[in-house]
Amino acid sequence: MSALLSVRGLSVVFDGFTAIDGVDLTVEQGELRFLIGPNGAGKTTLIDVITGLTRPAAGTVRFGEQDLVGRREHEIVRLGVGRTFQTSVVFGELTVAENLDLAASFRRPLWSLARRRRGISEAVAEALATTGLAELAERPARVLSHGQRQWLEIGMLLAQRPRLLLLDEPVAGMSLEERSRTGELLTEIARDHTVIVVEHDMDFLRRYASQVTVLHEGRVLTEGSVAEIRADPRVQEVYLGRARREAKDVVG
Amino acid sequence: MSGTDMSVVTEVPDPVRMPPERPSWRTRLRGPAVFAAVAVLALVVAPLLLEPFRLGLLAKYLVYAIVALGIALAWGQGGMLVLGQGVFFGLGGYAMGMYLKLTEAQGGLPDFMVWSGVETLPALWTPFANPFFALAMVVVGPVALALVLGTLVFRQRVRGAYFAILTQALAAAFVILLIGQQGLTGGTNGLTNFFELFGQDLALDSTQRGLYLAVVVVLGLLYLGTRQLVNSRFGRLLVAVRDGEDRVRFLGYDPATVKTVTFAISAGMAGLAGAFFVPVVGIISPALLGVVPSLELVVAVAVGGRYALAGAVLGAVVMGYAKTIFSEQFAGGWLYLQGALFILVMTLAPKGLLGLLRRRKEVAR
Repeated sequence: MSALLSVRGLSVVFDGFTAIDGVDLTVEQGELRFLIGPNGAGKTTLIDVITGLTRPAAGTVRFGEQDLVGRREHEIVRLGVGRTFQTSVVFGELTVAENLDLAASFRRPLWSLARRRRGISEAVAEALATTGLAELAERPARVLSHGQRQWLEIGMLLAQRPRLLLLDEPVAGMSLEERSRTGELLTEIARDHTVIVVEHDMDFLRRYASQVTVLHEGRVLTEGSVAEIRADPRVQEVYLGRARREAKDVVG
Repeated sequence: MSGTDMSVVTEVPDPVRMPPERPSWRTRLRGPAVFAAVAVLALVVAPLLLEPFRLGLLAKYLVYAIVALGIALAWGQGGMLVLGQGVFFGLGGYAMGMYLKLTEAQGGLPDFMVWSGVETLPALWTPFANPFFALAMVVVGPVALALVLGTLVFRQRVRGAYFAILTQALAAAFVILLIGQQGLTGGTNGLTNFFELFGQDLALDSTQRGLYLAVVVVLGLLYLGTRQLVNSRFGRLLVAVRDGEDRVRFLGYDPATVKTVTFAISAGMAGLAGAFFVPVVGIISPALLGVVPSLELVVAVAVGGRYALAGAVLGAVVMGYAKTIFSEQFAGGWLYLQGALFILVMTLAPKGLLGLLRRRKEVAR
């Protein structure tokens, strides 16, 4: 097995504030990796750097044989890196099928897009089936519920057939039922994709994660299996200790 | 679908229970039927009923409708508020005007150059004696300018109000340039005194009727072509760029390319309209393509309904007629009415006249 994604010595500075400070991260082909950490740990910033939204101050991001730093966002997508956002941004004026079709068509030359879409392509049909949105295919995306929008986003990602999927807090704001549906979806996707999930939700993590990387104040605190992470006193300190300290501050 | 989803989408009917809409043959035929009716009205009825002067006016409004179609594509579909279409309209118009002037001069100098003391034909003018070059430039000039401008501007992620102001500034600068180059462009007077087009006397009613019919046919074809584009994948992509440019980047598309291509298409339409305007109206001058005429067309598109191509055409014709009728009655009052109409439409009916016409249908649905 070779590393699909390899981040080395990454640093990101925003106006003098160091958001990420020398992060190393290696993700193997086929892996499902959870990225956790308290607020401000640099999880989303790390995803932003990988996908070209933020330029790092130092460090390298290698994806297979390619260097991703300095490339424009759509070029990185074309290399096979797809992502979702914390707040889902599906196109409300387009139907569910059109949203998926747009995602699936990005490798076509621009002139060939001047034709009308006829029926539903294989990639779109697969994404509809995986996400369970088939019945809603012809409805405009603006009528979807919050959970359905997130699934549509994941479906759009799948329709692009990326080599690496980055999901930024996919269950944020979801109901319990939607969370477990998303968990199942994630398990299914992880079977034949390499996936990185940024997540806050410890319960979700406990149920669906295997490998976990913990970020804290812009650095990698530790890496390991869910059990190892949960047993690690440093992780407890970061998550619980802070809460205890804060509680003491309030009391004292 | 689970029960929890239902609680989130309370205000909309349960989407699952509503079968995907399969339009009946009646709704599917309505569009083509309206199009055919309008085509018959424009091609047969109007030339029979309208006196030549009124037919000429209608031709002018339909020329503006061609520009409006391009604005509806760029603004309504693509979210690019183009406030300087007069520049492209002018490029097309001047290309046509230069050709007409040179055919009349028959190897000599155009009249205004003689008055300005120009002694030899400027190099810029020489190729426009060739009808093929001139007619090609009508579209190629505006498209090339829009491609260069779009590439520079959209790659730098200039958008929204900044893009709108930039196009408006371009229109203002273009007018200053035209006025400053008296000997080259005819200055404030522009190019006028045209007598014939491809050997046809422009003063004849039959020539003007032929021109009117040509405008109708070109507008119809452009409408169909633009409609095809709007309904294509590219059209869906354009709407996506309008509603979420940053998200489109993460679908693997470069929004700058999509916007540049669309901007260039709308510029090409404005150029073509400018070329028709010259023989139809008989003049092209800076006053016809500056900031104010460019804005008037945007207002017309807003009033007609920018989200629908038919709305743009409707807006251009309605506002054209309104301007003529109102100006005939109370000279100078038009500006106030136009402003009031614009404010009314923007606040009360953002989808324009066409939106109002269609509202009944949507309520029924």
